Amino acid sequence: MPDLGKYADTVLSAYAASIVLLVLLVVLTLWRGRKVRAEMAKLEARMPRNG
Amino acid sequence: MNLNVLWEYANPVKFMRTTERMLPFFWISAAACLVVGLVWGFFFTPEDYRQGSTVKIIYLHVPSALMAINCWLMMLVTSLVWLIRRHHVSALAAKAAAPIGIVMTLIALATGAIWGQPMWGTWWAWDPRLTSFLILFLFYLGYVALWEAIDNPDTAADLTSVLCLVGSVFALLSRYAVNFWNQGLHQGASLSLDKEENVADVFFLPLLVCIAGFVLLFIALVFYRTGTEIRARRMKALLARERVGA
Repeated sequence: MPDLGKYADTVLSAYAASIVLLVLLVVLTLWRGRKVRAEMAKLEARMPRNG
Repeated sequence: MNLNVLWEYANPVKFMRTTERMLPFFWISAAACLVVGLVWGFFFTPEDYRQGSTVKIIYLHVPSALMAINCWLMMLVTSLVWLIRRHHVSALAAKAAAPIGIVMTLIALATGAIWGQPMWGTWWAWDPRLTSFLILFLFYLGYVALWEAIDNPDTAADLTSVLCLVGSVFALLSRYAVNFWNQGLHQGASLSLDKEENVADVFFLPLLVCIAGFVLLFIALVFYRTGTEIRARRMKALLARERVGA
């Protein structure tokens, strides 16, 4: 860990806030993508019987 | 190069097939650049003689601010393609990009405020660049809200495209406010073709790697999210057809 001196809190909080936001964005993107993909597969499997 | 080839990607199937092949490259190279750039910047760069260790915030603040503006410009281009050529993929790409822009703007505003407190003695100032960035953030929120508020997807795409055109004024203002508004706290651009104005090399190289990481991450997210939007749209159409058939 580098010596951040008197600004340690400032630098660490900027990194923490940014990394949390970036990780949240990626996780939510992948989560929604998988959810839609699963629902789509279920629907397409059902369609030939109905169509 | 024949630019007409680009229009082939207006076909959702072709777009998804091509982007799904490219996605692993973008995810992996984005992660590699971000890890290398941030570790390099955080652990292996010196303090600045004036800013102390707060200079390390530049590796998050500059790339996120850059992407916040460029994301809106990408949305502007895809919105224009929708308005002129009515390609659904382009409207959905703009819709997919907006939440990424919100996060990028939020990171730029948050890291700027956190840096500003010890350096300027305030979290916030009504400086031209900061204010135009805040307005850009509000435009992003309005853009997403408008998509959610309208049921008909074509009407939603039309209205959000117009909103995108109007918001572009603030995206450009955010980019160039420091150049033509000689007032306010925000310093000049950190990146410049003029070597005298650029940040010192010791900070510049890891900054470039971080910017590459943010750009690659943005591309990966836009490709993935656009694919999700295309599937969601198709699912809606299939459900409507199923309801009519029942």
